Amino acid sequence: MGRYIIRRLLVAIPTLIVISFVIYAILALAPIDPLSAFGADPRVPPEVRERIRETLGLNQPWPIRYVKWMTAMFRFDFGVSFLTHSPVIDLIKQRLPNTLAVVGVAYIIGVLTGIPVGMLSAVKRYTIFDHAVTTFAFMGFSVPTFFTGLLLIIIFGIKLHWFPFIYSSTLQVRDLDSFIFQIKQSIMPITVLALFDTATIARYVRAEMLEHMPLDYVRTARGKGLQERFVVLRHVLRNSLIPVVTLVALGVPAVFGGAIVTEQVFRVPGIGELLVTSISNGDLPVVSTVVFIFAVLVVLFNLFADLLYAVLDPRIRYT
Amino acid sequence: MEKRYLRRGFALAITAAMAFAACTQTPASSSPSPSAAPVAKRGAGGDLKILYWQAPTILNPHQGTGTKDNDASRLILEPLASWGKDGTPIANTLAAEIPTVANGGVAKDFTSVTWKLKTGLKWSDGTAFTADDVVGTYTYMCDEASATSTFDVCEGVKSVTAKDPTTAVVTYANPNPNYFQWGVGFNTAILQKAQYANCLGAKAKDCPADQKPIGTGPYKVNTFKQGDVITYDLNENFRDKDKPFFKTVTFKGGGDAASAARAVFQTGDVDYAWNLQVEAAILKPMATSSTTGTLVTVYSNSLERLLLNRSNPDPALGDKRGEPDTKHPFFSDKAVRRALAMATDRATIATQLYGDGLSGRATCNALTGPAAMVSQNTASMDVCKFSLDNANKELDTAGWVKGSDGVRAKGGVKLKILYQTTVNALRQKTQDINKANWEKVGFSVELRSEPSTTFFTNTSPGGANHFWADVEMFTNNGDPDPTSYLAGWTCKQATGKANNWQFGGYERYCNADFDKIVDQLRNETDTAKRNQLAIQANDLLVSDVVIIPLIDRTQATSGVAKSLKGVDVSGWDSEMYNIADWSK
Repeated sequence: MGRYIIRRLLVAIPTLIVISFVIYAILALAPIDPLSAFGADPRVPPEVRERIRETLGLNQPWPIRYVKWMTAMFRFDFGVSFLTHSPVIDLIKQRLPNTLAVVGVAYIIGVLTGIPVGMLSAVKRYTIFDHAVTTFAFMGFSVPTFFTGLLLIIIFGIKLHWFPFIYSSTLQVRDLDSFIFQIKQSIMPITVLALFDTATIARYVRAEMLEHMPLDYVRTARGKGLQERFVVLRHVLRNSLIPVVTLVALGVPAVFGGAIVTEQVFRVPGIGELLVTSISNGDLPVVSTVVFIFAVLVVLFNLFADLLYAVLDPRIRYT
Repeated sequence: MEKRYLRRGFALAITAAMAFAACTQTPASSSPSPSAAPVAKRGAGGDLKILYWQAPTILNPHQGTGTKDNDASRLILEPLASWGKDGTPIANTLAAEIPTVANGGVAKDFTSVTWKLKTGLKWSDGTAFTADDVVGTYTYMCDEASATSTFDVCEGVKSVTAKDPTTAVVTYANPNPNYFQWGVGFNTAILQKAQYANCLGAKAKDCPADQKPIGTGPYKVNTFKQGDVITYDLNENFRDKDKPFFKTVTFKGGGDAASAARAVFQTGDVDYAWNLQVEAAILKPMATSSTTGTLVTVYSNSLERLLLNRSNPDPALGDKRGEPDTKHPFFSDKAVRRALAMATDRATIATQLYGDGLSGRATCNALTGPAAMVSQNTASMDVCKFSLDNANKELDTAGWVKGSDGVRAKGGVKLKILYQTTVNALRQKTQDINKANWEKVGFSVELRSEPSTTFFTNTSPGGANHFWADVEMFTNNGDPDPTSYLAGWTCKQATGKANNWQFGGYERYCNADFDKIVDQLRNETDTAKRNQLAIQANDLLVSDVVIIPLIDRTQATSGVAKSLKGVDVSGWDSEMYNIADWSK
């Protein structure tokens, strides 16, 4: 097992280097310009723009910029943002708590409700409950979050005036009042995201459960005279969860990546919002770093999911 | 100096009494007046909530990339003086008075300006503000190695020196009619010399002070989350003992313009929402039915206009393509230009696309502000009146005959126009309206649009600078002083290969009469005469159809809470220029 982990981690290094190269190349070749914010402003004449480009290091060929960026990365130096002139890592640190408080919480809610809901709907197949869950899951899965987000804002933010729709990242939770305000300001984005996560997971769990229910080992368990509850939870669910674990584990890096659309809609200053504004502003160091960290997390959680397999399924052994 | 003229400013046009029209508000609003709003007491107000849908990323306008940064830093950092609503400076910041030729502040030959500073001023850290800080700012921002985005105001400045602790002298290399170029407006925000001592030249790039500058303004930074939010506390060392009214300010960024409009007009969650670029059909009903907010729009000199190429953009010319010494096949005929102008329906564009005064109004002037320089003569010109009949007559008389395809021609030259602009829904709709009208009088029109990132550059053959097309359209605006703006049409400014398409005369217009007016403007010191010269230049540009003005666009389109007093936006400076006077 230990050797397996080490081997996988060593393989991850060249993988990540290739990924970083691809990310950087795409960004360098894309027609995004950190100076396009100036537009046609005649107050910023061409030679001034040229000088700014030079101080940003943009006059060097991109392969050289890539090597510099990559080697700095090994020293955990993630570069400096073109726009804020502050270290990229500070921006990420500033935004991660907001992302975790909204996207992370939504994900936990999604997993905690998605699994039992999917399981129940498989056990009570073709009942009203199952139909309701299937319909709801289908909607949650297919209606885009920017639509549900705006819908919630118009109903609960503007018409009913129950919740604020401008997220305050400066709020400090110190007492009950501020905690209630934190709930109020995050309930809409969390609902939007949790709806989507619950739907995805419930659909998956239901399908897996249904696949396992008619299998021989389930019949054997029932034949042994085990209680139905025990059959479902101990036998069917455990086996059905193996692929779900992969799904959930691979969803974790996505949490760190933030929710690009939802964060924008609710003005939650998270990683996703940072990524989107940095792309439109041509802030290359921020974009490449965020995307790269995301790639690292995907590789790590892939490994983690593989290891969990072995725990859940004794037939799998890594040597 | 000369180079500056080419590039700087472009501005534009309107007719009515600008002085009164400058600040139009939706009905039923209490008209806020800065002086009439009595500020109760320093810090008596709670939190002032400002919402920008673009989030500030840096608090130093010299390193910033746009209005968001200029406005967010204006609460902290101030220039010597602000640009007031009529485009003249007002001494609401560091200067004790506005220098003039009469009070001896401005040299008679326009080569230097002596600024008298207020006495007893302090930085927010309690240290004394002196003329040395003004010099320090000049040293910082006008060093090419600092790569400041505000560097343009340094062009032609010979020196900035401190005569004594409360006197700073700005000296220009040549007589400069725009003598407030360095010192007034957000481009010359004054930084604390001590704080920036280690940020000069190449070290200016990643200066920590940019995240938390010490300033002389009414507020100081508490926390700054880049690209998200800034919270400010009032500055106890602010010069006016009664101001500011608000104890704290929250300057939130991000999101979109439409929900920002809702936050001020429908829920009242914020006190000030900036630049509400929302479709007129949505914004208008929201603003007029609001019980919480008022829409404030202000004009300065943002002009959307059509440029007519005077050179020949034919690719067959090779190296000579679009060079200033070539002649356009049909725009060299004044009758064709006049006909095109008569067939341009700016009123429809203003009504249908700009909400009839909501985000812009029709204009036929090249210079739309300041009010004293706006011509009243163009309204009666035939080129400013939309009439397809007159356009047809003009072309008939000039001998341009319609062929079987409906396109007019003369001597083998067809009236085929390539009409380019940036990718932008409003502009594409404008193109459609113009194309339909122009084709009715016998032009053949091909439309082209280019992303703004490659349109506004001197390196792209499809860009505005090369102008390898017949007509192009975009907006520009400029300083209150129109000299550099108007000089863009002098013969010397014609863009081309020789200057790497960096000069501002995109049309390659050349007229000795026009050059003469601009020369006079450069040397004239009398205000009334200067205004007259600007109007004369404007009238010539319009009657000679060098450009076809379309829309005078609003400089500010912001939502302001009805309870907020003292907001009095100037179209020439940051919207936050008088935030010290705001109260509730």
